[in-house]
Amino acid sequence: MDILKLISYSIIPSLLTIILVFGLVKKVDIYKLFIEGAKEGIHTAAHIMPYMIAIFVAIAFFNTSGALGILERLFTPICQLIGFPSELLSLLFIKPVSGSGGLAFIKTILDQYGADSYVGRTASVMMGSAETIFYTLAVYFGVTSVKNGRYVLVSGFIAYFAGVAASVIICKYI
Amino acid sequence: MMGYIWSGLMIIGIMTATLSGRLEALNTVFFQSCEEAVLFTIGLAGIMALWSGMMNIAKGAGMIQAFSRAVKPILSYIFPEEKNEETLSLIVMNMVMNMFGAGNSATVFGIKAMKALDKSNHYRKRASSTMCMFLVINMSSVQLIPLTIIKIRNDVGSLDSVDILIPTIIATSVSTLSGIAICKFFERRG
Repeated sequence: MDILKLISYSIIPSLLTIILVFGLVKKVDIYKLFIEGAKEGIHTAAHIMPYMIAIFVAIAFFNTSGALGILERLFTPICQLIGFPSELLSLLFIKPVSGSGGLAFIKTILDQYGADSYVGRTASVMMGSAETIFYTLAVYFGVTSVKNGRYVLVSGFIAYFAGVAASVIICKYI
Repeated sequence: MMGYIWSGLMIIGIMTATLSGRLEALNTVFFQSCEEAVLFTIGLAGIMALWSGMMNIAKGAGMIQAFSRAVKPILSYIFPEEKNEETLSLIVMNMVMNMFGAGNSATVFGIKAMKALDKSNHYRKRASSTMCMFLVINMSSVQLIPLTIIKIRNDVGSLDSVDILIPTIIATSVSTLSGIAICKFFERRG
């Protein structure tokens, strides 16, 4: 087993161990804390379900009808020019706008191309390295009196495309 | 905006299916996809609950706070204009929560931080540089462990679902560092 794999596989278990040991040493009621936090997690899942249903149906329609395929074919020349897999276009467009949309698209992509294929891995990395730009903008500026966000949106998108480019390149080599 | 995208996907889908004679398939997926959405979300509920439970232990035991203190010195470089200790603490807590995938708690701290920044910006309509930097970092995702993605990969039968962890950490760092660099560039340009 190579070293990168070893590191990858030890991150989650070590983090769990550290948290549990830390909690035990500090003598807090870890079980109660866990349950409280887990309730919040369940609440989150219940909260996103309506969004998921909305977006799943829309994506299924778009995909099954063949519209997605047409869109991908339209953009294929540009994608080939810059070396971006056209199978990931849908994800590229939806992620900055909708988090649940991103999740639904990633499931579709992984189902279709396989999680361990180049496309599947790149999609996973792309998804894990980006946030929903417009949601962040709306929520955070929404609580302030700011009307002029200056360079925020431009910078957000530059960071996003840098992350996407990094995902496409890294997955070729690692 | 989501309204347009959502209805657009559906209407274009229905039109295309009509034109290409795939209406039968469309009817089938109509029922299928609803069920799939529910099952998919229920599948994610477990990992979301487990992780927010673990993060609640980390928070309750003071681990997050300790980690935040450790990374705070870096902040004076990223946010040179912000001198208020309390605001900086809120920013750090937001980032650390995000790093460890506790999105809900991160948002709570982030909103508090934005309100404090709004005050120090004298409620102006123009965002302060600190606000811009803070938002761009939040937009670029600093999450270190993409648990939800790993879970989805597992479900669709990946032979090595964790394999994307290190690539994701690298890609996330690239996007966050680019975000910081580009903000610094705009800040200096005024």
